[in-house]
Amino acid sequence: MQRIGVFVCWCGSNIAGTVDVHAVAEALKTEPGVVFSTDYQYMCSQAGQNIIKDAIRDYRLTGVVVCSCSPRMHEVTFRKTASQAGLNPYMVEIANIREQCSWVHKDVPTGTEKAIILGRAAVAKVNLNAPLTPGESLVIKRALVIGGGIAGIQTALDIADAGFPVDIVEKQPTIGGKMAQLDKTFPTLDCAACILTPKMVDAAQNENIRILSYSEVEKVGGFVGNFEVTIRKKARYVKEDICTGCGACVEKCPMKKVPNEFNLGMDNRRAVYIPFAQAVPKVATIDPNYCNMLKNGKCGLCARVCTAGAIDYTQKDELITEKYGAIVVATGYNPISLDKFDEFAYNQSKDVISSLEFERLTNAAGPTAGKLVRPSDGKHPHTIVFVQCVGSRCDACAEKGKEYCSKICCMYTAKHAMLTRDKYPDTEVYVFYIDVRTPGKNFDEFYRRAVEEYGVHYVKGMVGKVSPEGDTLKVQASDLISGKQLHIDADLVVLAAAIEPDASARPLATMLTASMDTNDFFTEAHPKLRPVESPTAGVFLSGACQGPKDIPETVSQAGAAASKVIGLLVKDKLTTNPCVAQSNELMCNGCSSCELVCPYGAITYIDKEFRMPDRSIQIRRVAQVNPAVCQGCGACTVACPSGAMDLNGFKSEQIIAEVDAICR
Amino acid sequence: MKVRYFPGCTLKNKAQDLDLFARKSALALGIEMEEIPMWQCCGGVFVSANDEVATKLSSIRALSDAEEHHSPLVTVCSACHNVIKQTNHQFNTDSAFRQKAVNYLASDTVYQGGAEIYHYLEMLRDLVGFDEIKKKVVKPLTGRKIAVYYGCLLLRPNSVMKMDDPENPQIFESLIRALGAESVYYPMRNECCGGYIALESKELAEKKSRSVYESAKSAGADTIVTACPLCRYNLLKNNSPLPVVYFTELLAEALGAKEDSNE
Amino acid sequence: MNNRQKQEEILRISGVNARKCMKCGKCSATCPAYDEMEYHPHEFVYMVETGDIDRLMASQSLYKCLSCFACVDRCPRGVQPFKLIEAVRLMNIRKQGNNHMTANDIPSILDDDMPQQAIVSAFRKYTK
Repeated sequence: MQRIGVFVCWCGSNIAGTVDVHAVAEALKTEPGVVFSTDYQYMCSQAGQNIIKDAIRDYRLTGVVVCSCSPRMHEVTFRKTASQAGLNPYMVEIANIREQCSWVHKDVPTGTEKAIILGRAAVAKVNLNAPLTPGESLVIKRALVIGGGIAGIQTALDIADAGFPVDIVEKQPTIGGKMAQLDKTFPTLDCAACILTPKMVDAAQNENIRILSYSEVEKVGGFVGNFEVTIRKKARYVKEDICTGCGACVEKCPMKKVPNEFNLGMDNRRAVYIPFAQAVPKVATIDPNYCNMLKNGKCGLCARVCTAGAIDYTQKDELITEKYGAIVVATGYNPISLDKFDEFAYNQSKDVISSLEFERLTNAAGPTAGKLVRPSDGKHPHTIVFVQCVGSRCDACAEKGKEYCSKICCMYTAKHAMLTRDKYPDTEVYVFYIDVRTPGKNFDEFYRRAVEEYGVHYVKGMVGKVSPEGDTLKVQASDLISGKQLHIDADLVVLAAAIEPDASARPLATMLTASMDTNDFFTEAHPKLRPVESPTAGVFLSGACQGPKDIPETVSQAGAAASKVIGLLVKDKLTTNPCVAQSNELMCNGCSSCELVCPYGAITYIDKEFRMPDRSIQIRRVAQVNPAVCQGCGACTVACPSGAMDLNGFKSEQIIAEVDAICR
Repeated sequence: MKVRYFPGCTLKNKAQDLDLFARKSALALGIEMEEIPMWQCCGGVFVSANDEVATKLSSIRALSDAEEHHSPLVTVCSACHNVIKQTNHQFNTDSAFRQKAVNYLASDTVYQGGAEIYHYLEMLRDLVGFDEIKKKVVKPLTGRKIAVYYGCLLLRPNSVMKMDDPENPQIFESLIRALGAESVYYPMRNECCGGYIALESKELAEKKSRSVYESAKSAGADTIVTACPLCRYNLLKNNSPLPVVYFTELLAEALGAKEDSNE
Repeated sequence: MNNRQKQEEILRISGVNARKCMKCGKCSATCPAYDEMEYHPHEFVYMVETGDIDRLMASQSLYKCLSCFACVDRCPRGVQPFKLIEAVRLMNIRKQGNNHMTANDIPSILDDDMPQQAIVSAFRKYTK
C-alpha cells in the first residue's frame, strides 16, 4: 500500500476563486492510501515546495498528488521537489484543477466537485505508480535549418559560430528569401541587399555551414538529439561544384519568355537562369518546364557554351539522408493571392499591383532598374493610391482574407509613400488606412515623417472599388474624417496584401509532428515564455513561419532559436523519458500491429527462445521496444490485440483505475 | 432534360422577349421547360428581415413544386432568381422562419428544403455546358463586341448566390464567347443600375445607369446584354447610346432559334 | 418603445452583430447611393451600435438604399450593413400610416416601358 500526500494549490485566486480548496483537501483525506492532505496559497513557491518536502520526510510518503495547474506548467517543478526529498520523481502525479477546472467553471460548488473528482483520479493512479528511471540518449552535434531566408541564414550563422555544423535546406535555387526582393528597409532606409548579401556570403563561406539549395525536406524520423532527415536535392541539370556562375549559358539560352518569379512575373528570364546577381550559390539552374533540350531534346546550346562543362541534362533528383540533433523551421511567408479581391481590379489592370511588386519596381536590380513607372505603359505615375489591410483583419464570415493583422504593412507602406515623395515630388500619394499601427522603435516617428515632411496624404477610410477606365484607375473610397465619398483618378494602385505562411509549412509540420494554428502558423511551446521552441522537443521556430514579423524581430528570434539549439547541442547526452512502451513477451503474438503504427520506428521484432512448462524450448517472434527511440505516444498499446504492449507510467490498469475513480 | 420553370411577372408582360427566347433556346438545346402552374410573383426583392414571412411564401411554393417533381428550378429573371435563392437559404438556415413558413402554407406536401435552383445562365454552364452550346451555334455572333451586365442581383450576396466570383465573374463572358462574340471587360459590369429607385428618385437612377453604359461604351462595346428587365429599363430610359438586349435573344440568334417556329 | 428596445428589435430582426464593425468605412466607400444619403452605411452601423435610433428612423436615407448588397459583399468583417438599413426601414413602415409610397403615387411615376418588377419591388421596400 502506498503512503500518499495530497497538496492542493490555491494559485492565488486562480483556483481558490472557483474551487473550495479546503473542501478538496478534506475530501481527498479519506481516499485509499492518503495519509496526509493539505492546501496552500502557492504550492510552486519555495515555501510550498518545502511543505511537500517536509511531508515526504515526516509522513514517509511513497507517492505525491499535487492538485494545481496543468502538468505542462509545473510537473517538472514538483518532480524535482520530490526527488530532492528522496522520492522517485515518477511517484508524483498532477491533478489539473486550474486549466481544466477552475478556469472553465463559474460557480464554486461545480468547481469544487470536479476538483475532488480529478484529485481522486490522480490518487487512484499514484496507488499503482512504480518508480521509473530515465535512460540516456546521445546528441548528434549537427543542426538542420529549413528555409534560407533572413531567419534561416541568421540562425545558421549563430549556430555555426558556436562551432556546430549546420545544413540549410532552401527550396529555391538561391538563399536570401523575401528580403532579397526588398528595396529599402524601414525605419532606417538602409538597402536590403546591402545588409543581406554579406550575410549570404558569410553563410556560403562558413566552414560549418552547408547550403543545400534547390532542395526540400522529404522525410523526418527520430527524435530530439537524433533526427534522421531525408532531403531531396532537385535536379538543377547543372553540376553545382563545377559551375562558376559566369552566366554564359544564360546569355545564350534561346528560351527568353519565362516569367521571372524573382521579379514577380513583371519581366522574363531564360530557361537556364541565376535568380539575381548576388545569388548564393551563384550557380545556374535549368528550368525543366521551359528548357527545349529537356522537353524534346532539341537545343543543347548551353552545354556547348559552358567552358567548365557543368551542364548535365541527365541529372536526376538526389536523396540525401543525414542525422541531426536539432531542427529549426524558418519557412517564412508569402503575400496572399489577390484573386478574391477583384473589387480592386488586380486581375483587370497591370497598374494595380501588390506591395511586393512595388518593391521590385523601385529596386535598382528590378525590371525597370529602379525607375518607378506604370507596368502597363511605362509612363511615370503622377497619382498613386496605396490601400492598406487588403485581406488582413477579415472576419471569418466575410469568407475571404485572414483574421489577423499582417503587422508589417503599415510600416512598409509608409516607407513606399515616403520614398516615392522623396524621389518624385511631383507625384501625389494617398494612403487609405483603417488604423496606422506603428509599435516599434522609431516606427511612429517614421510614419509621422512621411506625413509631415513628405506630405503623404493619409486618409482614414477604405477603398471600395477600383475601376480601370482608359488610362486611369478610378478609385472610389471613403474619407471618414470629412464624411465624404472620394473619387480619385489614380495612375497606380498598390495593394498591401495580407501575408500567410509558405505553403510548404503544413506538410512539413506533419513530418515534424509540430503543431500549427488554424492559419498554418507554427505554434510555440509557450506564447510568452517559450516563444522560439515548438512543443515538439528538438524542433525550433525562426521568423515569420511562427507569425507575421518584420526583419529586426525575425533576426532577434533567429538568434534566440540558435541559442536554444546551441544549448541542446552542447550536451553530450539527454535524459530520456522513462514513460516508454514495454512489451510483455509472454503475451505478444508477433502480429506486427504495433510496429506498423509506431511513428518513431521504435519497435522491432526478434526471434526469442522460450522455455515452455514441459521444459521444451520454443522460438517465438516477439516485439521489442527501443526505449531510446520510443516517445511514449501510446499508439502501440492501443493497436496491440493481445494486450501485451503497455506504457510505463501510463499502464492500462492505471488509466482504468483513474476512470473508475472518476465514475465512482 | 426537364426543368421546372418560374417565369415571373415581368416576363409575362414587359419582358416577353426574355421569356420567349429563353423557351426557344431551351428547345434548341433539348431542354423541356415546364412552367410551374399557378406560380405567383416573387415580390421583386427579397426582404432580408428574418421575421418577414408572408412575402416569401410564393417562392417557397415554387421551390416545393420543383422538389416534388425532382427537377431543377430554373429562373431567367435576375430578381426572381435572387428572391427565390435567398428565400431557400433562409428556409434552410433559420429554423424559426422555416416553422412559420410551413405553418402558413399548411399544404399537404411540406417543402423539405431540397430544391436545386439554377439561373438560366447556370443551367447553360452546369447542366448543358458552354462547350456543348458552342457546338450547337449555327450563326456565330462573330465581330460583335458585347458588354455583359450582371448588375447586383445575380451575384450578391455571394455567400448565398454562389454563382461566380462576385468581383471577377466569368459565367456571362464565357457564354458570350461560346456564341462567337467578343466579351468586353468594363469595371461597372457588377455595379447597380439604380433598380427600383427609379420610382423614388429618377435622378439617382439616371446617374447610376449612366455610369454603367458610359463605362461599357468607353470599353468599346457595341451592345449591352442583361438578364434583368429592370436593368434594361433603367439603361434604356436613361438614354443608353448602346442597345441593351436580353441574353436569351443573343442565344436564340446564335442557335438559329430566333426566327424559326411560330412567334 | 424606447431607444434601447428599438435597438434590440433592429438587431433581432436584422440578425446583424453591429459590434463586428471595425470602422474601416469600406461599406460607405462602395455604396452607390452615398451622395444621396444624410447618414451613410458606416454611420448606420455606428448609430445602431450606440443606440442612436430615433434620428436614423426619421432620416430619408432609409429610402435611398438600392439593395445592391455591395456593402454586404465587400465588408471585410461580415457586418452586412444593408440588413440594418432594411430593418430600420421596416420598423418605420410597419407602423400604421407610415407607408413611404401609396398606390395613389404610382400613376404619376409610371410610364409605358416600366417593368412590373420595378413597381412590386418599390412597394415591397416602401410600403406595408
